[in-house]
Amino acid sequence: MIIHTKQCIPQSEITDPVHFRNRRKIIKMLSAAGLAGTIGPFSSSASARFSTKFKHRFKGPFSIDENPTAYEYVTSYNNFYEFGTGKSDPANQSQNFKTEPWSLAVEGEVEKPGVYTLEDILAPHTLEDRVYRLRCVEAWSMVIPWVGFPLGDLIKRFKPTSRAKFVEFTTLYDPNRMPGQRSHVLDWPYVEGLRIDEAMHPLSLLAVGLYGNVLPNQNGAPIRLVVPWKYGYKSIKSIVKISFRETQPITSWNKSAPREYGFYSNVNPYVDHPRWSQKRERVVGASIFSPKRDTDLFNGYADDVGSLYAGMDLKKFF
Amino acid sequence: MIRSKQIWQALKGIVFLLSTTPFVFLAVDTIQNNLGANPLETLHFRTGDWALRFLLITLALSPIKIIFGYTHQLRFRRMMGLFAFFYASLHFFIYVVLEQSMSWRLIVAEVPKSPYIIVGLLTYLLLVPLAVTSTSAMMQRLGNKWKKLHRSIYGIGILAVIHFFWLVKADITEPLLYALVLAVLLAVRIFRKHLQRAGTKGWKRAWSTRIFWEKLTTHR
Repeated sequence: MIIHTKQCIPQSEITDPVHFRNRRKIIKMLSAAGLAGTIGPFSSSASARFSTKFKHRFKGPFSIDENPTAYEYVTSYNNFYEFGTGKSDPANQSQNFKTEPWSLAVEGEVEKPGVYTLEDILAPHTLEDRVYRLRCVEAWSMVIPWVGFPLGDLIKRFKPTSRAKFVEFTTLYDPNRMPGQRSHVLDWPYVEGLRIDEAMHPLSLLAVGLYGNVLPNQNGAPIRLVVPWKYGYKSIKSIVKISFRETQPITSWNKSAPREYGFYSNVNPYVDHPRWSQKRERVVGASIFSPKRDTDLFNGYADDVGSLYAGMDLKKFF
Repeated sequence: MIRSKQIWQALKGIVFLLSTTPFVFLAVDTIQNNLGANPLETLHFRTGDWALRFLLITLALSPIKIIFGYTHQLRFRRMMGLFAFFYASLHFFIYVVLEQSMSWRLIVAEVPKSPYIIVGLLTYLLLVPLAVTSTSAMMQRLGNKWKKLHRSIYGIGILAVIHFFWLVKADITEPLLYALVLAVLLAVRIFRKHLQRAGTKGWKRAWSTRIFWEKLTTHR
């Protein structure tokens, strides 16, 4: 397997004009809070977005050499049914969502189960920038500069046993804080899963930010998965539980429509959704006159992850 | 003295202008680049929504007559139907010209794999003959056949709602709402006779409070 370590300059290194224009305000705010220099990244008020730029980051591997989708679009066009099924619902309904304090339960086939605070989880990891394409099953895509760390690095800390064949992730269930959960469009809480080798793959990322800043609530704050070679819904948001299991997890969309959404859900232009083609994708932010983009096998990461599925019938294991 | 014909013409003008407002808003938003992250999807959804809404408005005019006995709204049936066709045409051309970049190869590759698009295209194709034969001259020429032809609008309404249902991922609230409205409008036609008996005469009588009161008291 070839690990690409292209070190292109991610767009995320360029200061967002919004923050640039607010630079004086940011400095004022930081000094007022006595926070300058010791940035606490997990504040949830809207204005705090500007003050929570992750400082110590390095350019991670695997980034694609493309201009990221505008911050405005990345944060206003979301599928996050916990905050409503419309594309703008998450941005509108998640503004008061509190992500502090936050903890993650680690269960199942591991030597070190337990409930960890988010600070515990993050402490030993150095954050990195990774520009990935996100391909939604609805045939659109955007390019997002994530801030995060490899999921595999975290998993190793819990010391999974030999029986840990799968990793199951669960989103927070709290209809008071997540109003979308009051309607029964999906069987809450949202559950996703990966095979252990998929989870350990260096492409699999746990993201805590985008565009150099703390993750906006509508993008899955405070911590979410990013599996770039799979359809977007595999990249579960606002994770509260990681469970190591011997059997394949029952994932939310697969449960909701097993004929349409498989466990693997790898991006594949040769396997169509039963109701629409997956050959091409609409690029978010593009003009109405620009044609759709051809979808790449495994969303462009075929060289990296193809070997995980050697000998598997991808039409059967969609 | 203003004659009633002039009043009707003015009223038709107002309804016409009102019906074009969704198009005007859409055009302004397009020019101002105000259609959001996925502008093509926005154009698609908004034209589709309005096509369906005008279709339902068209289908609602007769039930008003059946239930309440009023007939004035029937004068707007053609205009409403043509507006449904207008928004459906925009919806169709956005698909062919923008979504598929007018490429026959792409359309042929994608359409057979997308049942909701097949249903959508069929719905539109069925609307075309109705629009073409909507003139008074055509009405006269076709005579009895015209009525038969235009009954296909009921089927078109059902297809349009199926088209909507089929493209939704999980939240069927919106298509369900349209389906319910359509179901009511079709049900009124099925139970036309019952409703007319209880309706036209009954409603008019019911409005007269004296009789209404008498009815109430005698039932006691």
